[in-house]
Amino acid sequence: MSTNGKDYDGPILECKDLSISYFTRAGEIPAVVDFNLTLRQGDSVGLVGESGCGKSTVAMAIMQYMGNNGGIVGGSIVYKGRDLATLSEEELRQLRGNEIAMVYQEPMAALNPSMTLGRQLMEVPLCHEDINEEEAYSRAIKILADVHLPDPERVMSSYPHQISGGQQQRVVIAMALLSNPSLLLLDEPTTALDVTVEAGIIELIAEIAKKFHTSMIYISHNLGLILATCDRVNVMYSGQVVEEGTVDEVFDHMRHPYTKGLFSAIPLPGADKTARPLVPIRGQLPLPHERPPGCYFGPRCDHFAEGSCNSGLIQMTSVSGEAGHGVRCCRWDDIDWDAYRPEGVGGATITQGERVLSINKMRKYYEIHDNSIAALIKGNRVRYVKANESISFEAMESQTVAIVGESGCGKSTFAKVLMGLETATDGEVVFKGEDVSNYPVQKRTPKQVGSVQMVFQNPFDTLNPSHSVGAQLARVIRKFGVESDKHKIEHRVMELLDLVKLPRDFARRRPRQLSGGQKQRVGIARAFAGNPSMVVADEPVSALDVSVQAAVTGLLMDIQREFRTTLLFISHDLSLVRYLADRVVVMYLGHIVEQGTTDEVFSPPYHPYTEALLSAVPIADTSIEKKRIILEGNLPSVINPPKGCPFNTRCQRKLGSICETEDPPFVEDASGHVISCHIPMEELRKVEPVIKMHKEEDQPAAE
Amino acid sequence: MVLTMLVVSLLLFLLLEISPGNVATKVLGPYSSEEQRNLWLEAHGYFDPIYERYFRWLGNFVIGDFGDSIRFKVPVGEVLWPRLANTGILALATLGVVVPVSLILGVLAGMREGSTLDRTISVSSIVTTSVPEFASAVLLSAVFVFLLDILPGTSGMSEGFDLKQLILPVMVLAVYDFGYVTRMTRASMAEVMLTHYIRTAVLKGLPYKTVIARHALRNALITPFTVIMLQINWLLSGVIVVEYYFAYKGFGALLLEASLNSDIFVIEACAMVAVFVAVATQTIADVGYTYLNPRIRFS
Amino acid sequence: MSEQTIEIPRRESSILRAIKSVALLRESAVGMVGLAIVLFWVLVALFADLLAPFPPNATIMPLVMPGTEAPDGGMFLLGTDHIGRDILSRIMHGARQVLIYGPLATVCAYSVGIPMGLAAGYVGGLTDEVLSFIANVILSFPVLVLYVIIIATIGASAVNIVIAVTFASAPGIMRIVRGLVLDLRSREYVFAAQTRGEPPWRIMAVEILPNARGPLIVDACLRLGYVIITIGVLGFLGLGLPPPDPDWGGMINETRQMAMAFPHMALFPCLAISSLVLGFNLLADGLREVSLRD
Repeated sequence: MSTNGKDYDGPILECKDLSISYFTRAGEIPAVVDFNLTLRQGDSVGLVGESGCGKSTVAMAIMQYMGNNGGIVGGSIVYKGRDLATLSEEELRQLRGNEIAMVYQEPMAALNPSMTLGRQLMEVPLCHEDINEEEAYSRAIKILADVHLPDPERVMSSYPHQISGGQQQRVVIAMALLSNPSLLLLDEPTTALDVTVEAGIIELIAEIAKKFHTSMIYISHNLGLILATCDRVNVMYSGQVVEEGTVDEVFDHMRHPYTKGLFSAIPLPGADKTARPLVPIRGQLPLPHERPPGCYFGPRCDHFAEGSCNSGLIQMTSVSGEAGHGVRCCRWDDIDWDAYRPEGVGGATITQGERVLSINKMRKYYEIHDNSIAALIKGNRVRYVKANESISFEAMESQTVAIVGESGCGKSTFAKVLMGLETATDGEVVFKGEDVSNYPVQKRTPKQVGSVQMVFQNPFDTLNPSHSVGAQLARVIRKFGVESDKHKIEHRVMELLDLVKLPRDFARRRPRQLSGGQKQRVGIARAFAGNPSMVVADEPVSALDVSVQAAVTGLLMDIQREFRTTLLFISHDLSLVRYLADRVVVMYLGHIVEQGTTDEVFSPPYHPYTEALLSAVPIADTSIEKKRIILEGNLPSVINPPKGCPFNTRCQRKLGSICETEDPPFVEDASGHVISCHIPMEELRKVEPVIKMHKEEDQPAAE
Repeated sequence: MVLTMLVVSLLLFLLLEISPGNVATKVLGPYSSEEQRNLWLEAHGYFDPIYERYFRWLGNFVIGDFGDSIRFKVPVGEVLWPRLANTGILALATLGVVVPVSLILGVLAGMREGSTLDRTISVSSIVTTSVPEFASAVLLSAVFVFLLDILPGTSGMSEGFDLKQLILPVMVLAVYDFGYVTRMTRASMAEVMLTHYIRTAVLKGLPYKTVIARHALRNALITPFTVIMLQINWLLSGVIVVEYYFAYKGFGALLLEASLNSDIFVIEACAMVAVFVAVATQTIADVGYTYLNPRIRFS
Repeated sequence: MSEQTIEIPRRESSILRAIKSVALLRESAVGMVGLAIVLFWVLVALFADLLAPFPPNATIMPLVMPGTEAPDGGMFLLGTDHIGRDILSRIMHGARQVLIYGPLATVCAYSVGIPMGLAAGYVGGLTDEVLSFIANVILSFPVLVLYVIIIATIGASAVNIVIAVTFASAPGIMRIVRGLVLDLRSREYVFAAQTRGEPPWRIMAVEILPNARGPLIVDACLRLGYVIITIGVLGFLGLGLPPPDPDWGGMINETRQMAMAFPHMALFPCLAISSLVLGFNLLADGLREVSLRD
């Protein structure tokens, strides 16, 4: 059954002039326009672009799975010489899962919660090939070993919720590989995972491509991941491919202003908030039914020319001298690419002021009551979740301190204690000379509350959908006692909107009329309404598109600079942290494992966890060479943390039993640079840097 | 569960027996003398403290002694048990119709959300749940009894069990109840069909039948299972109306008669039985839900 | 910046927004049919005095079939009942009863259920446990058993029906609100309100409740339909509004014994109550459909 075309030697997949639309009440919405792609055996092509650019739609069209309201309105998708549109439902069924397989964004959602993983794996060969249960079982076991899952037998009899997210994604990959497909589609396979887990999956994907010689289409919004997995890349913008070529061509000699803009907007090593700031792409992504005539990027482009850029559909043209490097820009040859460097406005260097915040041995434990009978018999009914263990650090006026860590590291709990939503179990939280660790927010004065405020992560959640933007800002102003007169409050609301560079008539808008970036701006305005001395920003840009991230980050830093605010920046994105932070605190399982200035933390000596974290961050720069460190195992649970050093179960530099029994000491490398590890400092100092740049003085990602 | 029953019993006891004078009046009738009432109260221990009375009452209850019916002048149990059996037949017959019909229709509708079949099933289930039992009893009687004259209009069963007399009551209950279960099944199925794991199953190349049978149904039927178990609670309500209308000698009619005649010991017994059935099915629903859902079973 | 004059944009009126959201319902055919039925009965109830051809309690000519002319002119369009009252007029006035006590009872149930649900969901802990237990106890009674016991104990009257409906429905509403609150309380805007030290009541009332209104409006429509059924059932069982005022359930109960000879007497009130309930159910379905699309 699986012989139909596995020995085919033409192109595996050809998309020709493909156009895909969705049909809604509002009419036809073109999602993908004029898409071309040829994939040969063993090729790996990346589709990269921001949300809504149509990259996932392409994958679903290849699978011929577009729901009731989607359809191909032009062009064709040819798989091994067969036009997929002409195939019957039964023929498609035989292709799916057998010849073309897919890996999805959220592994937990992609697996059936009420079936064992073994069943879900085995049914793939059972339905596509003529084999019996035992063969299917041994195939499944073998493939689980291939994706490096420990104890395949146990995994086979488990349900999805019983294994971790990274393991779930490995199972999904195994499922896709079971019938040895010719084409593998990967739709943001690591977006839902922590960065150290992501690194493992990316390595696995690269390994598969080599081992099975499978053709791959890798869809991602992250340029760094494309670099790590693909040979070729298609950059998509608003439903069109705007640039295609090999990864080196597109990353190093991009010839489309949008591609150039993307690379200027992401924090690559070498970017610097004062000397080489990030440059946001101005304007917003057009909605599909509001695309401009001609070039869709026109209104946001620095090289827009009236007459040529806005008349008629722009065709893909080949970059001379580089066959296969195409660009959808009518002016690419007119632009002086050597001289074109989007310029951002850097800020002046800031002098730090006096100490604003001092955390001293702060602990936060949660009690969990276990009411099961077993716990009753054993007598351990109350257990503690050690969310924060002995946290100590300081922050100065107008300083940016980044708190870095993966999920479950305790950064959110820490924010809650600081904001007064929880009280500390032990230790001090001294804010402007006063210990507030035992003051819940209700007991703080309006001034105290107003002087520590927060910017939140999720733009779709941060504003109350039931109230207008103006009303929400006005409430904060009144609450913090900044103003009480009605007119003065309205006046102040307008000032705040000006501050975050939003039009004043946004005051009467509802949150759902705003884009994600605009909502985050309102969130920033809200945090600064009470003239705070300190702002806690919890992953403020992680849910935003790359080009918007730079704008929001820039705004936050400008305001911080203007008001000399202390910024506590909570993030898992080390690239961004390196770009904007003055000091970095690295957390793991509720412990601080390392802290120091940004330069100190990003160069040796490292804590082994910092080292692994640095190595795991994908970087979209071909000139960078990274040390490869893949952490083994899963993140332990905070309810049942490992004894001794919290990192000992996954540490790549573990010494031995001392790590499992004794708490590691805090060792000072230089003044203020502290590492909590049993390994002697002299050893740690000898460690090679994780990231090496080939061309130190060059601006990365250009030329 | 036990706690719920205890609280319910306490509530009932307080509601109905808080004032002994009332009890005596109800038992002995409004024309009894003060002296007679006091004698009766004395004889039945009604001058004891209230908590003693409650526990004695509860103790008797547990061993099945519910007191004597005022109206029938026999122990409550003698009236109650046969009536309960009759209602059991009615309820089982109704469930026997409702469960398969509504599950099948619900799954069919939810499988292809937005299709003509889905819309037809959805709208007709809204229409049938909108017609109260007493109204559908009138309407169906008008058709089957007066117009077509093929079914009996009452279900007294005075000459022994008669299947024909059961048809209309079951039909009335089923028409009202099936709509709700159908809609819940449809919603659950439609939700499951939109999940990513169904997409995974389809894109694995599984035949559509396998996707539905192996991946969708198992997850989609968890909610309807709970709904059906809770539906028994509604069924017990419907039973009162239907039995009253068709003069069916069941437990619902008994409760109604008892309430209208202030036959308090019968009310107490009926209410406790009804709540017991409801709480028991609720417990089964909870246990079943845990069993059907591996996410809870293995956490 | 503070020197310049600041123009304050005008606010969109809330009336305009309400009209806009009704306009959304136009997208759902089912919802529009429901709305039309409900509006029809509301108008009938409002203008019952003008529309009804005869006084509702006047005994004119017993046992008359539909379409018969009345002795003093006019016509018994739907016939008369066993003691000679015009059925059409009684249905029209009955609509008024149902559309006063139905919504009144529903509003009462919500005004008890919503605060309970907010407290249980937002405060949690012991408050939640106690409130949830109370709800469980009440909900473990089969609904009608509960009604029958309550009405039989406290007597049949309009006020008592409202009390009974409130008592029996509030726990269900509490559960729904609690579920919605548990979902909404983890939103970041709630967190933002907490970090600026808003009191709990304000967070519940201003930050959480308005965002739960969609599902609650749908639920209210369904529940209203059910309350109308309940009032009908109680009337049918002889536990409803005291005679002689027209009550749909009561009309059916009084005349069903004569249904063999005069089926119209019970039939028309049945159609009336079914259509009104259907109206509310369709409206709820339409509202849900529209709210899911957004």
